[in-house]
Amino acid sequence: MSKRHLYVLALSLTVVGLCIFFYKALVLRFPWAPGRISDIWNVEARISFAARNEPVKASLFIPRSTRRFAIVNENFISQGYGITTVTEDGNRQAVWSIRKAKGQQTLYYQVVVRRAEAKEPPPPSKQPGIENPGFEEPSLTAAKSLIAEVRARSADVDTMARELVKHLNKPQPDDNVALLLGKGPSALKKAEVAVQILAQAGIPGRVVHGTRLREYQRDAPLIHLLEVYDKDRWQCYDPITGEPGIPHDYLPWWRGTQPLVRLQGGDKLHITLSVSLNQEAAIIAVIESGQMKKPFLVDFSLFSLPIQAQAVYRILLLVPVGAFLLVVLRNVIGIKTFGTFMPVLIALAFRETQLLWGIVLFSSLVALGLSIRFYLEHLKLLLVPRLASVLFVVVLLMSALSVLTHKLGLERGLSVALFPMVILTMTIERMSIVWEERGASEALQQGLGSLLVASLAYLVMTIDYVEHLAFIFPELLLVLLAGTLLLGRYSGYRLLELHRFKVLAQGKQ
Amino acid sequence: MIFGLAKALENIGLLGLNRRNAEYTLRCNPRHLYPLVDDKLRTKRLALNAGIAVPELYGVVEIERQIRDLPLLLKQFQDFVVKPAQGTGGDGILIISGRSREMYRTSNGLLMDQGEMDYHVSSILSGMYSLGGHPDKALIEYQVKFDPLFEAISYQGVPDIRIIVFLGVPVMSMVRLPTRMSDGKANLHQGAIGAGIDIATGTTLTAVWRNDIVTEHPDTGNRVTGIKIPSWEALLELASRCYKLTGLGYQGVDIVLDKDKGPLILEMNARPGLNIQIANRAGLFPRLKMVEENHKNLTDVTERVAFAQQYFRA
Repeated sequence: MSKRHLYVLALSLTVVGLCIFFYKALVLRFPWAPGRISDIWNVEARISFAARNEPVKASLFIPRSTRRFAIVNENFISQGYGITTVTEDGNRQAVWSIRKAKGQQTLYYQVVVRRAEAKEPPPPSKQPGIENPGFEEPSLTAAKSLIAEVRARSADVDTMARELVKHLNKPQPDDNVALLLGKGPSALKKAEVAVQILAQAGIPGRVVHGTRLREYQRDAPLIHLLEVYDKDRWQCYDPITGEPGIPHDYLPWWRGTQPLVRLQGGDKLHITLSVSLNQEAAIIAVIESGQMKKPFLVDFSLFSLPIQAQAVYRILLLVPVGAFLLVVLRNVIGIKTFGTFMPVLIALAFRETQLLWGIVLFSSLVALGLSIRFYLEHLKLLLVPRLASVLFVVVLLMSALSVLTHKLGLERGLSVALFPMVILTMTIERMSIVWEERGASEALQQGLGSLLVASLAYLVMTIDYVEHLAFIFPELLLVLLAGTLLLGRYSGYRLLELHRFKVLAQGKQ
Repeated sequence: MIFGLAKALENIGLLGLNRRNAEYTLRCNPRHLYPLVDDKLRTKRLALNAGIAVPELYGVVEIERQIRDLPLLLKQFQDFVVKPAQGTGGDGILIISGRSREMYRTSNGLLMDQGEMDYHVSSILSGMYSLGGHPDKALIEYQVKFDPLFEAISYQGVPDIRIIVFLGVPVMSMVRLPTRMSDGKANLHQGAIGAGIDIATGTTLTAVWRNDIVTEHPDTGNRVTGIKIPSWEALLELASRCYKLTGLGYQGVDIVLDKDKGPLILEMNARPGLNIQIANRAGLFPRLKMVEENHKNLTDVTERVAFAQQYFRA
């Protein structure tokens, strides 16, 4: 009876899951396959700060329609704030203001941009004025000699700008450049100094700040470019490479030397920009073209969440996929692992570290932790203090590994911090106990089994199709759940059992 | 080839781990009865109440504080066994076979001082050997003086007889013989060998050693086959009675033969291992099915044992 119940349950889950899936895929025409399905992006700026219980004014530079990108829709989200937008010197600004605010405040600016067809080159603009660069001795002399040097090696404004960028980015900068840039200059600093030097040389220049529109970025960095006025037009250069031209996915936000956000009446300002390819927009465009009402399923889908939360669910929805794989590997194949879900969590960490680095970092952490755990064994500690000590060691090892790999120039090593450390601690503890009780071979076997399962889970969880289907069609997880439930009553042999009992089959033949 | 192998194993009725869990342990062993067998102290008390012989309990250490009084307690005994009440698979069992001045001598000849003994007991209490790492108790009990029957085919330690009992009917049995590799412990996964026992006659069959079939003890070189266990029927009845005792439908009963006290129940296991099938060169599944079909007609221990002896001939 209980078996029939299970079959009915699994069948209904499968039917419900597949029905929603096919409805969305065939009727609503949600995209089956991942990839660039639209040229529409959601861009979001999140501003948070602590208000001081006094009037607050926050101004944020916001993008405007350009030749490449058109603004489709904008949203300003805040509670109780007045909002105005102003355009000043070609920059747009949103200004939030309130008479009195207290405690943590969060303001959102959301914009939907669409890629526009880039037509002819930009129309000529007026000759801009040149701001006084404000150099003082000894910077003035340094700037002047740098200008003389660059001018001597160039023919026109274009080559001069490129030569200047090249000088500013020399691996061993000369004294003049070092004086002007200061220590460890950022791309922004280089662009700003280039603008000052060009101004000193009588050439108008400015810095552009913007973001690149990639598929998914939870914390999109600001990219700064150098613009130089040449032959009635603004020409763009990368302040590091000196390459002319704007990257095709570059959305400019504002120009000039001011910061992205200026805040009065608050502290602890924190800004995050996030970018995501807008699949919903593509989906809705499809729906609108079919003259359909925006259906309930879209309204209440994961697309209605803020971008940051969407990015989290993109990963979370993969966990059940990993868990299903784990069920298959453990109950059908018979691979032994440490801890039930440890391999899935390790696989999640692998997503950030990449597979090879993940395996290297994981193995070295466990090996180091294990050797220290064996040493602790001599001290005869009680269980909980011993576990806590291993946790200390794991955290210290993680930081040491990060520093070491960073010094060696292996930036990937930094991602070791993403390993779940409590899980690592438990793994080390259990491995050492298995090692003592059942011997090294059993411990290594289980360790390798865990690593194998984690790697397989990683490989499956990073397939584009899997990621896409799990996020766009989460109802498919119901089908996987049905499969998991059925596997819960699977009473056949495990693959590795065949090997274990092989001798029995031979004996009887 | 894989399917051929699976087919061949299915033909001899091999019980796999998935089927054992799904159709026997999960179905026949109600979860609330597990503590009866997982906690050896409770098993012991249960058996004593039912008048079943078990190794005598010398003492229990339940809290860290009691470890201080341990030397006083242990002073009275030349030999004893320390084991975790909720240990699994023989982990954490310490057999002390004698003393050398202030030191304890373990069954494999190593010496331990009081500090090491205290640490071992403390590890047991902290849950190092228990299921899921729960805090545990340490039992100190009588060390079995084993019957010379298996002396030629065991290497130190105590050989024990495992009988799988399904719904009160003994279905398969083996004797587990310690080896040098198993460190005197009678657990197969630690390297002990298991010799199948013909349920009908109580005579040993071939043995399993780490998934392979052997006919001789790896350390002593003596044949493990053809040894007749005396009063075998009494052992089967003892095992059969354990069904009533715990209520577990599918369990493994571990019995030792003591030179002076006869058969003693060592422990019961709600998830007995599957290697017993290799030792017996037979699958459990057909026997279990047969018991399930007929158990309603078997009303008492004698009938169940008679049924087993009639049908489960090797």
